[in-house]
Amino acid sequence: MDSMARALTPKDLSGDPRRRRRESTVKFLFFTAGLVSIALSVLIIVSLAGEAWSFISQVELSSLWTIGWFPRRGLYDIPTLLIATIIIAGIGMLIAIPLGLGAAAYLAEYASPRMRKWLKPTLEMLAGIPSVVLGFWALSFISPEVVQRLFSTAKPFTMMAAGIAVGVLITPLIATVSEDAMRAVPTPLREASYGLGANQSTTVRKVVFPAALSGVVASLILALSRAIGETMIVFMAAGAVGGALRTWNPLQPGQTMTAAIASLATGSDQVAGEGLAFQSLFFVGLLLFLLTLALNSMSNRIVRRFREQYT
Amino acid sequence: MTAATDRKRKATADAVSASIRSGGPNWKPLAFQGLLLVLLLTSMLILVALLADIAVSAWPTFQSRGLSFVTSGLSLNPETAGVFTGIVGSLVIAGIVIILAFPIGVAAAVYLEEYAPDNRWTRFVDTTVRNLAGVPSIVYGLLGLAIFVPLVRNIGLGGSTSGKNVVAAGITMAALVLPIVVITAAEAIRAVPSSIREAGFGVGATQWEVIRSHVLPSALPGILTGTVLTLARALGETAPLLVIGVATGYFAPAGNATMFDQLTGSYTALPVIVFSWTRQTQAEFADTLAPAAIIVLLVVLFILNGVAIWLRNRTEKKW
Repeated sequence: MDSMARALTPKDLSGDPRRRRRESTVKFLFFTAGLVSIALSVLIIVSLAGEAWSFISQVELSSLWTIGWFPRRGLYDIPTLLIATIIIAGIGMLIAIPLGLGAAAYLAEYASPRMRKWLKPTLEMLAGIPSVVLGFWALSFISPEVVQRLFSTAKPFTMMAAGIAVGVLITPLIATVSEDAMRAVPTPLREASYGLGANQSTTVRKVVFPAALSGVVASLILALSRAIGETMIVFMAAGAVGGALRTWNPLQPGQTMTAAIASLATGSDQVAGEGLAFQSLFFVGLLLFLLTLALNSMSNRIVRRFREQYT
Repeated sequence: MTAATDRKRKATADAVSASIRSGGPNWKPLAFQGLLLVLLLTSMLILVALLADIAVSAWPTFQSRGLSFVTSGLSLNPETAGVFTGIVGSLVIAGIVIILAFPIGVAAAVYLEEYAPDNRWTRFVDTTVRNLAGVPSIVYGLLGLAIFVPLVRNIGLGGSTSGKNVVAAGITMAALVLPIVVITAAEAIRAVPSSIREAGFGVGATQWEVIRSHVLPSALPGILTGTVLTLARALGETAPLLVIGVATGYFAPAGNATMFDQLTGSYTALPVIVFSWTRQTQAEFADTLAPAAIIVLLVVLFILNGVAIWLRNRTEKKW
């Protein structure tokens, strides 16, 4: 009972030292796990940039601007890949924007709760279909049944077929993210519009849509980034496996940045550990990484600002 | 004076009403609603057409082969080729993803939500995770090719493929899904009300004790649902595997080889089989076998999604 008489010191209140040691060990472990994602980012940048740099420092600059992308022949025409990426992502967006936004607006503003309960999971299911499946479908259905019927001159492998399939892939993404943005618009805004005598279609077009615009724009940027980063559809359906000529014609085969990487990596004469063609893979990968990073952070920033608006 | 004010008021009301109504006749709103419905149904119709077209193409295979299509391995002969080799590869990859990405991802989420102070460093980590989640999957393939394949070779698991094996594939896929695991787990942890934590602290529990016995159990349904959906995503990915040297042609399965040889030898995965059969020169592979493999893949993903919904409904808590 001697200790009772002594005044309490902070040491007495700080508890069992073993328990405290365990606390700091656990905290350190969690902190390390958090570091893994930082490490991953660093590894991605280092591995891409290292090989990309040795590519840029060895390649003849004139071979970066020629007639097409034929890495095995030493022709690394970057515009070929960029143009094909723009064409395919552009066709995809042209298809996905009306379908996705229309579906989002109907689900958010018109659909009865029961209808929504069935339709939204179906859309989400469409979002879960692996891209290799859409690549197969682009080749076996969209190309012969859609593209070649509309344009009799089209070949089996076209950027058009790949673009349409990319559109199908990103439609549910636009629909679900935009629908969330439209549902986040507070009901009083709609009621104010009805109170002024507006009907539902006017309210949707002139009140809900503008109020949800930042979320909608964010969803579109996200979808664009996904379209640019999509590999399997383009690789399977747009052809041009050995290389591609520079062309703006969507009825021609083409190779995007992603497909160029996949095709080089799976070529019949598998790229060895050395050589310029192997390093060009990483250069294209770095371009792709930076492009999608810029789009994603733009979309994230818009979403954050949008979230602050109503909460 | 009142008459003038009334007139003015009426004019204002008319102007407002006209501008809001856009002065159109009554069929316009209906046409707009109809247009939206058509767009929605078109999206749905594409899904139905896709599934129907693939199911019809796949039907002959299942009709003539039945379950032997699922239980037989790769073959050059379309009569006997099956997807079993791919299922095994996909399962091993999924196993490695669960072992690596799940604990690290959940721990990182716990750090971000429970321990990290709200400062620049934490926001930096948070932004990094979000950006990683948006990196195209093929870039992770390049990461695997540059880092994980040599890593696997250097730790002695290279085997006959000098590192281009299922172990490297599993690590690459784990890296690919890690940011998604962190984001979904963090959302589940954030949804646990702070009163639950305060109750724990109130009876003298330390932070780790509160996390272990209160926060994680409460967040578990959300974490599990997210993990299962993430696994579905990993099972459908093809592009990164192509970059890190998955076998896209026929290879002799390591029949009675040792466990080590099987793990470090050539491998394939379910979606990769779809891809390689599409490219086969024999028409049967692309016309009937590839759609059948797609059906198997979709059934697996469908089951995983069902498990996720079941988990969510069974263990969901309302606060």
